[in-house]
Amino acid sequence: MASSDRTVLQFSSSSSSSQSFTAKVHPLVIFNICDCYVRRPDQADRVIGTLLGSVLPDGTVDIRNSYAVPHNESIEQVALDIEYHHNMLISHQKVNPKEIIVGWYSTGLGVTGGSALIHEFYSREVQNPIHLTVDTGFTNGGGTIKAYVSNNLSLGERQIAAQFQEIPLDLRMVEAERIGFDMLKATAVDKIPSDLEGMEASMQHLLVLIDDIYKYVDDVVEGRVAPDNKIGRFISDAVGSLPKVSPRVFDKLVNDSLQDHLLLLYLSSITRTQLSLAEKLNTAAQIL
Amino acid sequence: MATTTTRSFLQVAATEEAAPPLRVVQIEGLVILKIIKHCKDHSPSLVTGQLLGLDVGSVLEVTNCFPFPMREEDEEIEADGANYQLEMMRCLREVNVDNNTVGWYQSTLLGSFQTVELIETFMNYQENIRRCVCIIYDPSRSDQGVLALKALKLSDSFMELYRSNNFTGEKLREKNLSWVDIFEEIPIKVSNSALISAFMTELEPDTPVTQCDYDRLQLSTNSLMERNMEFLIECMDDLSLEQQKFQFYYRSLSRQQAQQQAWLQKRRAENMARKAAGEEPLPEEDPSNPVFKPLPEPSRLESFLITNQISNYCNQINGVSGQSFNRLYLMKALHED
Repeated sequence: MASSDRTVLQFSSSSSSSQSFTAKVHPLVIFNICDCYVRRPDQADRVIGTLLGSVLPDGTVDIRNSYAVPHNESIEQVALDIEYHHNMLISHQKVNPKEIIVGWYSTGLGVTGGSALIHEFYSREVQNPIHLTVDTGFTNGGGTIKAYVSNNLSLGERQIAAQFQEIPLDLRMVEAERIGFDMLKATAVDKIPSDLEGMEASMQHLLVLIDDIYKYVDDVVEGRVAPDNKIGRFISDAVGSLPKVSPRVFDKLVNDSLQDHLLLLYLSSITRTQLSLAEKLNTAAQIL
Repeated sequence: MATTTTRSFLQVAATEEAAPPLRVVQIEGLVILKIIKHCKDHSPSLVTGQLLGLDVGSVLEVTNCFPFPMREEDEEIEADGANYQLEMMRCLREVNVDNNTVGWYQSTLLGSFQTVELIETFMNYQENIRRCVCIIYDPSRSDQGVLALKALKLSDSFMELYRSNNFTGEKLREKNLSWVDIFEEIPIKVSNSALISAFMTELEPDTPVTQCDYDRLQLSTNSLMERNMEFLIECMDDLSLEQQKFQFYYRSLSRQQAQQQAWLQKRRAENMARKAAGEEPLPEEDPSNPVFKPLPEPSRLESFLITNQISNYCNQINGVSGQSFNRLYLMKALHED
């Protein structure tokens, strides 16, 4: 067996599949981690916890939920409350059985010494766990969020080290956009915008965008800005995406919808009037 | 509310004695996200969960929440649910989350939440905690780019009446309580920790258009309106059923009164005859006679709730059509360009 005599550093077999990993984070996870960090015990430097989620068919790991796990860390050892971890897992799975463990998170920048030990624990829970780090200390002046997978470096049969490899992380947060960043960004918002207020904000966005385009096109026409074919194509695509409807048909379409809605409004007003009348009749004038 | 944050514990304790009315519900962004996630994951089935937080003066702070597993009819599983709740509270306390129940949240379908069950749940909660709130989230409306989140509580006068379980017309008139006064909506404030605020500022994409804008400018609202109308019509039917009950009651009441009168006249004539004959007159009341048995008046609670729902649907129709008008005029303007 000549090959076993030679010292070959090789990645364990799991590494090949991990190359294609990407991860997607639900905003709730970030919120949860921050909240846990704010509420951490006095003496703790960082919080760690379990990430729940699912693996999408295309191999992306969708991190959808998380919970903190109490732990104790000293220079030579890490003590994780495994019982707590299991209890919480059972509770979470009662609510949503589809969410499984996908990895673990820790606050702080990058991977630290104790991380390998915790990672090893999570490797026993799930194959190829993801390690998410959230820099709550803003060490670099920015909140860095990174995801890693670990590769085992083995020497023949013996494992000698674990290598953490960064994987791409998708931080686009459609769910957060749905609620509105204005709401999640500020430390205090006095009220939730109503239907029409939200509409107004959207309209204003749209107006600003249209104004921007006008300005750009004017600038290009008058030679103030170098024309960019790409932008030009986008604009023409946008204009072209308006369906070609003859003015008469379009007017009819708009007017019909307007009338439909007016009718509904009318109906609902009548109903309301009816209700207030009925209420007066029911409680005030009784034959007794 | 800078004044509330600077008050000492002693002052807070002192004001609690006076129990100021609940004015604002302050929700953490985390809670909103959690509620939305839970409700959306299980939509269209309706789900509930527990709210945790603190009660500070006239502000109720909701700082965390956890979902309840889907409700099952089995009794065994119900006991399991209670265990789950305790377990969850214990676990959350261990990571320093406020473990003070302040109410519950539930998802709803187009705002059809005004039911007797809701009131019963509320009364149950109210018995254990002095101040509680119910947060209602409507996943179906969030597709329109609206954050349909509402904080509700039952009004004090209604609770009093509900405890005595007396929903006759007379009582309601006495208390001057109408269907508008059953639920009180409490304004919601959203708060986030500075840390989260920093992260979100960092993570906010620099594109000027967000998903929320796309949702709001969606032109097709017909299916939503249709369902709204369907629900409205159903409610109208229910209401007319209730009205029929009352009509029936009044009809039998007047019939009974006529019978009473007839009986009374007969008795009086008899008494006259007995007087003339020099005998003792018979009493003018006879409780054993079925004619004098009071008819039970049907409870008005149900019709009140239905009325509430109807007005809710009307409001929604108004809101949605208001938005649609905006969109249609926008389309028109775009086309004229």
